[in-house]
Amino acid sequence: MTPLLDVRDLIVEFPTRHGVLRALDHISFSIAQGEILGVVGESGAGKSLTGAAIVGLLTPPGRIGGGSIHLDGERIDNLPAEPLRRIRGRRIGMIFQDPLTTLNPLLRIGRQLTETMRTHLDLTEVAARERAAEWLERVGIPDPRRRLDAWPHEFSGGQRQRVVIALALCAEPELVIADEPTTALDVSVQAQIITLLKTLTRESGVSVMLVTHDMGVIAETADRVAVMYAGRIAEIGPVAQVIRHPAHPYTDGLMGSIPTVEHRAERLRQIDGSMPRLDAIPSGCAFHQRCGFAFDRCSDEQPGLMEAGATRAACWLRAPEAAHG
Amino acid sequence: MADAPILEFNGITHEFDVSLPPLQRLLAGEQRRYLRAVNDVTFSITAGTTLSLVGESGCGKSTIARLCVGLHTPKRGEIRFEGMTLAEARKLGRVRRQMNMIFQDPYASLNPRWRVSDIIAEPIKRFALEKNASSVRRRVELLLSQVGLAPSDGDKFPHEFSGGQRQRVSIARALSSEPVFLVCDEPTSALDVSVQAQILNLMRDLQRRLGLTYLFISHNLAVVRHMSDRLGVMYLGRIVELGEAETIFRRPLHPYTRLLLDAIPDLDHIGRARTPVGGDVPSPIAPPPGCAFHPRCPLANDRCRVEAPALLDADGTQVACHAVAEGRA
Repeated sequence: MTPLLDVRDLIVEFPTRHGVLRALDHISFSIAQGEILGVVGESGAGKSLTGAAIVGLLTPPGRIGGGSIHLDGERIDNLPAEPLRRIRGRRIGMIFQDPLTTLNPLLRIGRQLTETMRTHLDLTEVAARERAAEWLERVGIPDPRRRLDAWPHEFSGGQRQRVVIALALCAEPELVIADEPTTALDVSVQAQIITLLKTLTRESGVSVMLVTHDMGVIAETADRVAVMYAGRIAEIGPVAQVIRHPAHPYTDGLMGSIPTVEHRAERLRQIDGSMPRLDAIPSGCAFHQRCGFAFDRCSDEQPGLMEAGATRAACWLRAPEAAHG
Repeated sequence: MADAPILEFNGITHEFDVSLPPLQRLLAGEQRRYLRAVNDVTFSITAGTTLSLVGESGCGKSTIARLCVGLHTPKRGEIRFEGMTLAEARKLGRVRRQMNMIFQDPYASLNPRWRVSDIIAEPIKRFALEKNASSVRRRVELLLSQVGLAPSDGDKFPHEFSGGQRQRVSIARALSSEPVFLVCDEPTSALDVSVQAQILNLMRDLQRRLGLTYLFISHNLAVVRHMSDRLGVMYLGRIVELGEAETIFRRPLHPYTRLLLDAIPDLDHIGRARTPVGGDVPSPIAPPPGCAFHPRCPLANDRCRVEAPALLDADGTQVACHAVAEGRA
């Protein structure tokens, strides 16, 4: 079966005065139909950029410098603006971090929903309005019919994010890209939104790319997770394996550095240093300078993703020939 | 020194005037309106320990941080620092030296036009802690190495550092006046997790080495569990549960504390299905009557809707909940 989304060797670069900076370096992953893929990493790792590249919303001068993106077998990274615009919203829905900036403050909620649906689906105004009310109900807005005429500012932060989820799903897309959908929310509201997102996407069989810095959110929501570091995928695999048996030293360090509410550690494990800037990514493995296991090959040669038990990791420790030595 | 409280809040209430401007108020026929950010809060912190305050946005935790360092003066109640009222202690000039603050955003809290060594040296010069320029410089270098930076980093400007390094600079500055008490308002919320771990480890090392006392403010319960000796959970301006952190984490009593602990996505709950509690945090301008949590509380009854519960002893901790007091919990 072809995966719904297939990204191969994607490169995104930014030409600057000091040369071309490579922000994404040979990113490869796929998302199956109905699957939730979490993408996690620290600021500047390139996780949001990956989402932006898929929907063709890179901010110039950023550009795709190589690789391919296929949606349901059809190549979409080289499409002209207009056909790409039709895919956005119709086949790929988007949810961003800040619901206030996603919603148009000058349009009533009902209008935003009906407009989105009528752009992409063949619906009359009356039918679209009816369906908009249904969507508000599905995302848990009380009194949906009356709320259709409300303005975005009349909703609380959590409710706004519910409306944004309705907007992203109302054109019945095949893929939803959710970029930090709960980061701006308080924990008790965050729990509601995660549950809602999970239920609705499972119901409709839509695939989700969930971009977040919060490993806890990924743990509860995603099927598989890709861990990004300095514009590359360090490790990708099923959530439980990546969390419990990380194969990449960076993933391992990351998991150890997250405090948990379940027990109190005397000391958190820490990875010294910080992620390199784009203009100073070291040769070989981008992590080798912070890595406790680095050997010669790590600074000379860039590792690709290698099988490592149930996950795949970009680490020379996982190279077949290293297993003996 | 062992058990003496270094900081005490006794029945502190603080309000902000959120009225419309006078003319508009007149035209709209509206009264003055006040937002009660902190409502009758009482707690104390023992020297050398960490008290954390945790809660969601608008619960008043940052207002408490600002009340501590005197950026706000409370409407009612009394704050005592080392046994003196805050006003007395300020007059002696002790508070300014012995109490310091670490802010959330290391991008906004450092002057971008000053070199790091000048930023750190300013309190040393202000309080005349060193006699001459070379001893000030030595002191700055010592502080820099204490927080894990190189002494030569003092010549750089803040923009040359990453977020985590800047927060180290903030900590060095906060330590430069040799304080005994630090107010930390979300010190790691702006940082990535691996950097957060570095800063949290550093803060605990410094506490052990220098015998510091922390008031630690955070919305992140996992971070709080890692840092705290005692814990206060806040909801809409009130402390709803207060006690030993370990006791509260092991056996949370207040329904809000339970909700919070249950709501955190955690690595130990892979693929957890849950039924989250509904509702948002109400606006602090018009909090619900009675117990402010009653509209979201599964245990609420008629009494909760009219009568605000007091913070009462319950099984080693203090809880403000009628249901717990009546044994309905």
